[in-house]
Amino acid sequence: MINLELSKKHEETFGQVMMLAEHMMRPYSRKYDKEEHTYPKEMEEVAKLIGGARSNIAGKREPVPEGTIVNGGNMGAVVGLFGLCWGDVGLFLGMPGSGLGNAAITAVGTPEQVAKYGSSYAAMCITEPGTGSDSANISTTAVADGDEWILNGEKIYVTDGDRCDTLVVWATLDKSLGKAAIKSFIVEKGTPGCEVTRLEHKLGIRASDTAAISFNDCRIPKANILGSAEVATDAEGRKKAFGGVMQTFDNTRPPVAAMAIGVSRAALDMSRELLQAEGVELKFDKKPGNLSALEAELCQMEAEWQGARLLVLKAAWMADNKMPNSMEASMCKAKAGRVGNAITLRCVALCQSLGYSEAYLLEKFARDSKILDIFEGTQQIQQLIVARRVLEKSSSELK
Amino acid sequence: MTANEADLLFDLTLTDEQRMNRESMQRFAAAEIATLAKEVDAGETPAAEFFPKTAELGLTLLPIPEALGGAGMDRSPVSNALILEDLAHGDMALTLGSISPLAFVNTVLDQGTDAQREKYLPLFCSGEFKAATTALLEPRATFEPSNPAATASAKGDGYVLSGTKSMVPLGLDAELTLVIAGLEDGTYAAFIVEGTPQGMTRTAEANMGLNGAQLATLEFDNVLLPAAALLGDGSFDLQRFNDLSRIGICALAVGTCQAVLDYVKPYCNERVAFGEPITNRQSVAFMIADIAIELEAMRLLTWRAAARAEQGLDFHEHAYLAKVFCAEHAMKIGTDGVQLLGGHGFCREHPVEMWYRNLRAIATLEGVASV
Repeated sequence: MINLELSKKHEETFGQVMMLAEHMMRPYSRKYDKEEHTYPKEMEEVAKLIGGARSNIAGKREPVPEGTIVNGGNMGAVVGLFGLCWGDVGLFLGMPGSGLGNAAITAVGTPEQVAKYGSSYAAMCITEPGTGSDSANISTTAVADGDEWILNGEKIYVTDGDRCDTLVVWATLDKSLGKAAIKSFIVEKGTPGCEVTRLEHKLGIRASDTAAISFNDCRIPKANILGSAEVATDAEGRKKAFGGVMQTFDNTRPPVAAMAIGVSRAALDMSRELLQAEGVELKFDKKPGNLSALEAELCQMEAEWQGARLLVLKAAWMADNKMPNSMEASMCKAKAGRVGNAITLRCVALCQSLGYSEAYLLEKFARDSKILDIFEGTQQIQQLIVARRVLEKSSSELK
Repeated sequence: MTANEADLLFDLTLTDEQRMNRESMQRFAAAEIATLAKEVDAGETPAAEFFPKTAELGLTLLPIPEALGGAGMDRSPVSNALILEDLAHGDMALTLGSISPLAFVNTVLDQGTDAQREKYLPLFCSGEFKAATTALLEPRATFEPSNPAATASAKGDGYVLSGTKSMVPLGLDAELTLVIAGLEDGTYAAFIVEGTPQGMTRTAEANMGLNGAQLATLEFDNVLLPAAALLGDGSFDLQRFNDLSRIGICALAVGTCQAVLDYVKPYCNERVAFGEPITNRQSVAFMIADIAIELEAMRLLTWRAAARAEQGLDFHEHAYLAKVFCAEHAMKIGTDGVQLLGGHGFCREHPVEMWYRNLRAIATLEGVASV
């Protein structure tokens, strides 16, 4: 039955998370934006309370009894993120347990791997200096040697790369074999040969550390490969193997889209509050054309925000109900990514010098939101994925 | 009962009934509406010849109580929105005309008195198409649907109605017209106007598009109406009427935009330039991806407002914002539809220029297609 309201349970989750966001995150927003790379210790308490918002995002897709509908972990995660990232997206990303690596381990790890690393603070190492969106092109290598794998290469843009305990590293077993040879490996921090070489200074989400990590003859146990070590030889198998790696994104894109929903809600709420003090109020009474330019623009932003939010909920709902959602995951990421960025930027302009001033957080929201249209697949990558699905094109046809 | 009290889950699954109904609406739209859309738009076939065909859909019959001769299904804004979406996939103009009697019925069901239901609703159960409509819009550049200028003042036992209504679907033929006007005390009321009383004139309109909806301007020059013409107990909930109409208008936008997407997709996949299909280029492919993305958001916003209305939750803000979103993006999709076909899109051989003209009306329409 068509119903686009949250279940009572998720409504409660949202309410609780908003309390944490307001009282345990917001008070530290400016502090850790200023003190880039400082570990936001206060967030440990928040992380404990939310039990690692990320842990159940990519939860193993257990079968749902035929004919029943669930609102489960994926929906719970995006709803939680609406609230947490209303609080502060940078602080959320800098919080233990928020690592993308956890999603990968939960999604494809063996029971032993999940038991050992599932609750560690796991970051994800994909991007390399020469490889961004074309993640099939990575050149970090993994070579089998006795009971071990030897990793060599350089990874950048590792969110939480410095303060995490565990890394999930994408590497190729043989670059000449293309996508099928790309596997992911679990590396414990402190393993000899694995070294954090640099922390990035960024436009936003400064509370979250973004590291460059190098692997020089870094030896890890043979058991630390995620998924099979086999390299598929036929075209179908190759496609499937990389598709499996990429599937993690179907689960992680709606949460990133949810972050954009959270931060742009924060900007809208703050702007409406500041404007209300000046007598500008949104009443949804007259047609936009009959409103002042300011009111009309707020209306337009509210409408865009609502639309993007529903796309996120739909993608998460599909994931919860075991429906293939690659296209919808990219749709919601594309829409929320651009809307989130546009709203936060516009709110700065609407509130004029108050928006631009560090006395308020609007300028910070506008800086933080930019990354959400970039990581976990840029706007353009999402459009590419949606276009290929809609037009039924292969990646060799629509490049 | 509200959604929260019932603890409903977020769910986008149609009921079996909705699924079956969608199939038959989609079949009808493809076979009977889409095939006729261009001819009607070009004035080659009068729309009036088409409307009787819609009688087989039983649109007005469904929500009318059995005691009054109807099928006695609960009036469902969600099901109505789905019907409008599916029919509009065939043609927005013919759909707007076809469902105007339903909009009239819905409003009488929603806000009429028992006596009015008993008097008027059986007329829509005969199995034949009966032209009826709703009239809110007025010909003024700053028209505000929450504040129509037409007036009705008490006179003797009844009312005297004055004002001009524009873009009234089925405006030439409607036997029953629900006219919204302001009262002397500053509140608003709706009046059921039967036939063409003295002082009422109907003028066919020529517009940018929507030729199949038989839009007309209705003028009321001191038209005398009996007291019983006043809909309900007198306190007409104009905001509710506007919001239910907005949901319907959004559904029309969704159906039409889906038709645009379904048309540009094969066309652009087959169109070759510089030695390969133009959809192999990101500038073209991304435009189509964005159509798909914004269309899905339009649909979800429309469904949400409809579902809230159906559950008895407050839905004003949701319907309002859905309309804001749909007005903006439907036109963007309409203009991109033409752009994607280039010069061919500009020529009337293809339907995209018609959709472009029709979709411009999404921002303009108010007070019609009430679900």
